[in-house]
Amino acid sequence: MNKEIEKDEKQEARAKEQAVVLGLLSKIVEVLDKGIVELYNVELELDEVTLQIPQTALEALPVPTAVVPQKPAEIAKPGVQAAVGVAKAVEIIGKKIVELAKIAFEEPKLKFTGKVVEVKMGATRNEGGSRDKVIVLGGHTCPPYYYLAGYKPPHPPAFGGDTFDMRIGLPRAVKRVFGDALGNPVEWAKMWVDKFGAEAIDIHLVSTDPSIKDASPEEAVKVVDSLLQAVKVPIVAGGSGDPEKDVLVFRKIVEAFPSEGLVMNSLNLDMKLEDICPYIGKTNTAVINFSPMDIDKAEEINRKSYEWIPRERIILDLNIGGIGYGTEYGFTTMERARLSALIGNELLQHPFNVGAANAWGAREAWIAMDPYWGPKEIRGPLWETLTCIICLLAGADYFMILHPLTIKVLKALREYLFSEPKPKDPEKALNWLSAKIPVI
Amino acid sequence: MPWRPPDPIRVYQLLPKTNCGKCGEPNCMAFAVKIVNFETQLEQCTPLVEDPNYKQNYERLKSLISPPVKEIVLKSPKKTVKIGGEYVLYRHELRYMNPTAIAIDVDDSMDKDTLIKRLQMIERFEYDYVGQKLKLDLIAIRSTTNDPKQFAKTVQIVIENTHYPLILCSLKSTVIEAGLNVLPLEYRPMIYAATKDNWREMAELAKRYEAPLAITSPGDLSTLVSLAKTLGEDIGITDLALDPGTFTDPGGLAYTVKAYTWLRYKATYDLWRYSGYPLIGTPISAWSSVEGEIMDKMWWEAILATILMTRYADLLIIHSIDGWVLLPLVMWRFQLYTDPRKPVAVPSGLREIGSPDEMSPVLVTSNYALTYSLVSSDVEKAKVNAWLIVIDTEGLAVDVSVAAKKFTGDKISEIMKSHNLDQKVKHRILIIPGKAARASGDIEDSTGWRVIVGPMDSSGIGKFLEKVWTPDKIKEIMSQ
Repeated sequence: MNKEIEKDEKQEARAKEQAVVLGLLSKIVEVLDKGIVELYNVELELDEVTLQIPQTALEALPVPTAVVPQKPAEIAKPGVQAAVGVAKAVEIIGKKIVELAKIAFEEPKLKFTGKVVEVKMGATRNEGGSRDKVIVLGGHTCPPYYYLAGYKPPHPPAFGGDTFDMRIGLPRAVKRVFGDALGNPVEWAKMWVDKFGAEAIDIHLVSTDPSIKDASPEEAVKVVDSLLQAVKVPIVAGGSGDPEKDVLVFRKIVEAFPSEGLVMNSLNLDMKLEDICPYIGKTNTAVINFSPMDIDKAEEINRKSYEWIPRERIILDLNIGGIGYGTEYGFTTMERARLSALIGNELLQHPFNVGAANAWGAREAWIAMDPYWGPKEIRGPLWETLTCIICLLAGADYFMILHPLTIKVLKALREYLFSEPKPKDPEKALNWLSAKIPVI
Repeated sequence: MPWRPPDPIRVYQLLPKTNCGKCGEPNCMAFAVKIVNFETQLEQCTPLVEDPNYKQNYERLKSLISPPVKEIVLKSPKKTVKIGGEYVLYRHELRYMNPTAIAIDVDDSMDKDTLIKRLQMIERFEYDYVGQKLKLDLIAIRSTTNDPKQFAKTVQIVIENTHYPLILCSLKSTVIEAGLNVLPLEYRPMIYAATKDNWREMAELAKRYEAPLAITSPGDLSTLVSLAKTLGEDIGITDLALDPGTFTDPGGLAYTVKAYTWLRYKATYDLWRYSGYPLIGTPISAWSSVEGEIMDKMWWEAILATILMTRYADLLIIHSIDGWVLLPLVMWRFQLYTDPRKPVAVPSGLREIGSPDEMSPVLVTSNYALTYSLVSSDVEKAKVNAWLIVIDTEGLAVDVSVAAKKFTGDKISEIMKSHNLDQKVKHRILIIPGKAARASGDIEDSTGWRVIVGPMDSSGIGKFLEKVWTPDKIKEIMSQ
């Protein structure tokens, strides 16, 4: 009996803890528009309940009366030794140096001849579609973020929000943000666009998976149709990953919406490409070619799809793992592929897609850990954000994202990285050296 | 032209050519090949190091394989941290060498208790990952008082309470000098930093105390490399490091990325010696330059550190000591500095967890080191006796290897046969990862065994087996 009560109490305590953390998360969402500013205040309140109260101890200590330098005993007087040292050094410096050398830093001279193709996502009314805005990716003739004079990157990266056509297992940090909308891709997509500023919507048609619901291609068409009606940003339509079923689903979708500039996610070498590519080729649909961390296979699938699909309608996905889970493979594969493209390898001259949601596959992004490692509701979005940043630096162009905070931070960062590279207050850069910084 | 390793023939010609085998290689040519691939070190050739006749050759060999980015060693009596020593701009061109060192700051206005508590937190920071203990590296001591005596006192408390090497941070040479004076001779701290205004005094200290010297010139690359030339060539301080400035305003962040990229590009592609030094980044700048609340600054610090680590920083000074800020950094660092030529993999085969018998469950996983270590520790934690088939997915995780067709029934079947699994267990059931569900048909076809799809994450294995692995259930599955 006692045990029961104890257990209940434990559960209650855990529930309380969860409520607190969830409250924190809803706060994150609330303040997305204002920045993450207010979150800390909330946490401070929390601290009083569950964590240690931060001790800020910034007062200076009284100045000590004496400091004993630890110098070897055999040296008689540190003062003398120091003076000799000074004399020696001054001698060296004095002899040789009159003034500071003046040399100019010449910017690196890079020569690249290749160009990444420009791929358009979505189509406006003029183009036969119904999108208010389209996104153009790629066009690069230089590695990412090199800031060479005279080079303006043609198109910045873009950020889309993930939705699913049925309820699936999602991290709680994500569930909490979208609430009831999770059961309804239309509501979910609207929230993404209206509230969280997603620039495109990714619909993952998981229900078409033969081993899940085996929903028909016609049903998938209905879902895509409802999204095209509900939001006016480009739509990326993803299959279930079953190579046979995806061919059927994709065909129905591109036949139903031949001029919307949809993006099909994704084609891979397990599919009978000849059964789907001709249908895609007849429309203005773009595709994502998927070749997980394998450059040779990326070349192979691109080469094959060129037969039916114009190059400027192909995006490449080399896959990425969340931090700690194979990130370096995807990162290096992207760096290699982009360099090869710029040197002139036409088979790799495509913008990159990144399935950032993979970041949540990292256990550290969602599992409860010792309190020192922080609440998972913070770790999760941070994991996704940092994984995206790593891909951004490797040259990724389009990001499929699960959490609104990630999009929020990446949009801000994009603005920063695409500014003219010139600090506003260079003289303030070293303020950190003597700044009083709170210790938590 | 980027840096290229020397021809093994050139290396061979400078070796003793006796094929003595003391280095562990069958002959000198094999050793030369390993040297140019950075798979062994010159010091393994003991005759080269010990025989005075080879002294000149040894020196020539050392310079032949010396990196375009200078390697710098920081020391405390108990710990050595190397930074720089890099050869390439891109990881795939060879590999990155010395992982970005992470320094956490303390300052001279902290009271003794706060200071000691913080030092303990820094030293205790540890995360187990793929059987490795991920840790922090250095202590950066700042002076907010700008008072030499106060700084010296703080340095004294720090060395009494930490084993980690130090960075002494101030633009006032008198403050730095007071700190250096307190340090026992076994210490080799870094001085941060010389600027266009204080370089003479800082150079004098660096010479006198033989300490590596950081140079900073925020927002001005020409002055930065001019200082590097003056201090390096004219004054002869060999161990320098460069900080072009970590900014957090829009144009400033773009400048920071540009500066790190240009500096490292010029070092590794143009072999330009004035930028051939380790690069220092200061994500701690977020705390003095980002408006807003503490949470904002911490996010910023994590973002800056990730950007800088990815774009070539060799040393980062960070303020946050919170686990959620540091954890992704130490994990990404580990990955970035693995050798891209070798997958992070464990050998494939059949493992025993606990003491499995003929009715114990048979689990299947990939040979990616991380996957393997997570799965085996989860099964151990669940106190289950089990057989674990580790298949060669070429070091890929389960989901990726399924997508890449490297998690196949044939591979499982091969290991089952070579280990006579059908004689070790009576049942005919394989439990595969949830993320490999798509491969279950292929696995049943190749092995002829029944396949049960396990949990999506191995942390659920204990509960899963409790439910599924009962005599009744096993019977039921086998009779299907």
